Amino acid sequence: MNISDVIYPVVSLGGLGLLFGGGLAFASQKFAVKVDPLILQVNDALPGVNCGACGYPGCSSFAKAVVEEVAAVDGCPVGGKSTAEEVAKVMGVEVSVGERQVAKVICNADNKKAKEDFDYQGIVDCKAASKFNGGSKSCNYGCLGLATCVRECPVDAIHITNNKIAKVDPDLCISCEKCVKVCPKNVIDMVPESQEVVITCKNEEKGKIARQKCDVACIGCQICVKSCPFDAIDFENNLAFIDYDKCTNCHVCVEKCPTHAIEGDINNRKKAEILQNKCIKCNICAKACPVDAIEGEVKEKHLVHQDQCIGCSVCAEKCPKDAIEMKKRK
Amino acid sequence: MLDLSVSSLFAILVSAILVNNFVLSRFLGICPFLGVSKQVETAFGMGMAVTFVMSLASIITFVVQNYILDPLGLQYMQTIMFILVIASLVQFVEMVIQKTSPALYQSLGVFLPLITTNCAVLGLTILNIQENYNIVETIVHAIGAAVGFSLAIVLFAAIREKLEIANVPQPFKGFPIALLTAGLMSLAFLGFSGLV
Repeated sequence: MNISDVIYPVVSLGGLGLLFGGGLAFASQKFAVKVDPLILQVNDALPGVNCGACGYPGCSSFAKAVVEEVAAVDGCPVGGKSTAEEVAKVMGVEVSVGERQVAKVICNADNKKAKEDFDYQGIVDCKAASKFNGGSKSCNYGCLGLATCVRECPVDAIHITNNKIAKVDPDLCISCEKCVKVCPKNVIDMVPESQEVVITCKNEEKGKIARQKCDVACIGCQICVKSCPFDAIDFENNLAFIDYDKCTNCHVCVEKCPTHAIEGDINNRKKAEILQNKCIKCNICAKACPVDAIEGEVKEKHLVHQDQCIGCSVCAEKCPKDAIEMKKRK
Repeated sequence: MLDLSVSSLFAILVSAILVNNFVLSRFLGICPFLGVSKQVETAFGMGMAVTFVMSLASIITFVVQNYILDPLGLQYMQTIMFILVIASLVQFVEMVIQKTSPALYQSLGVFLPLITTNCAVLGLTILNIQENYNIVETIVHAIGAAVGFSLAIVLFAAIREKLEIANVPQPFKGFPIALLTAGLMSLAFLGFSGLV
């Protein structure tokens, strides 16, 4: 074997590699573009999904806008609280952000529950269908289920069920609000992630008409408004709506609603439980309970009647010793 | 010396664009063809980036082949050498564009790293050597190949934009119908065989 058989390839490949490497190193110095280091830091703090939900064409342009103080530090709806805090830290400002919001389809009327006015055979797209007499669904406020939002969603968090209605997977939702904007029926809302009780109807027609069109419509009976222990439900335009700040997810309205227009799984209702070793028997919880589910006088043993407790957490918040735990029923 | 007859150069150009279209006949560069073809605009950007890189890479690999590999008898090192050349070239081009033309960088920038290891570029450079092209023919072939690539990807993107709103049967939605479309386009381009 000739020694040059080894030397030539090694030298030529190594030489070229060195040449290119050196060239690139030189070029990176020579052609370096000065970028504000703050922009890079802000960019690192962002999720990097480039979804455009902030209104800028990508994370890096949003970062630039933040550094130029054009955009707000909490302007990224996807990253939510943690991202806003990190960006604020880089920018040296304070920020307070609420809970993560997820998209929710405010309609439960699938093709078994709501009537169809006619057989729509046009382009499979909600926008196209809604131009045609408001779509085939008899209720003009409902989800058409033709997947315009599914196509818009950048993370595949929305799908159409077998019964032709859109459902959002809250775990996958990145709060970009693209579906909210694209929906021609305005039937998608942003709802706090922990909110379990949601009124899933947008029909503003009179109760009688709404009931004829759909089995699960809000018929404006206002039973929920009256039954809510926390005055969290208001009524306007023949439609009830929940004030999520006041709502404690107690599920009372879910039980009462005659048309099941309020979504919420009663099995997810939490139950208060008193930790006897921490309890000082002060009776504050019993007084605070809106449904009198806590038994016991001052200096006596306190007990929660599990069948009466509606899981509103008021007692847990009032307890001075953190002696009440909210547990999910198994 | 260099053979510069216009007719043979034209034959190379037409052959590279239509008859031996890199994507639809040689099946090179399928990854960006399927990946970056959802919108005509981005497809066009990708096409332009590929055009740019293909032309430059062809010239440099031609020099490397004829002045380093051939004299030293290192033809077997061709693949790794060319990959090295193309990858560094793309990086270099990206830096230069970023500095000199931010606007062009905005439109091309995201696609350039994708081309670093694109088999269409590597395939082109190796084909140039196999066909024993001289430097002028190499450049013409590179331009032809790049135009062919751009043509295919822009046409494909236009079809896919239409497909988005078409009523496609459920099992075929998305990628399956795109692959079928690509196959049909390939069949259509087969009609050009025998042209040159």
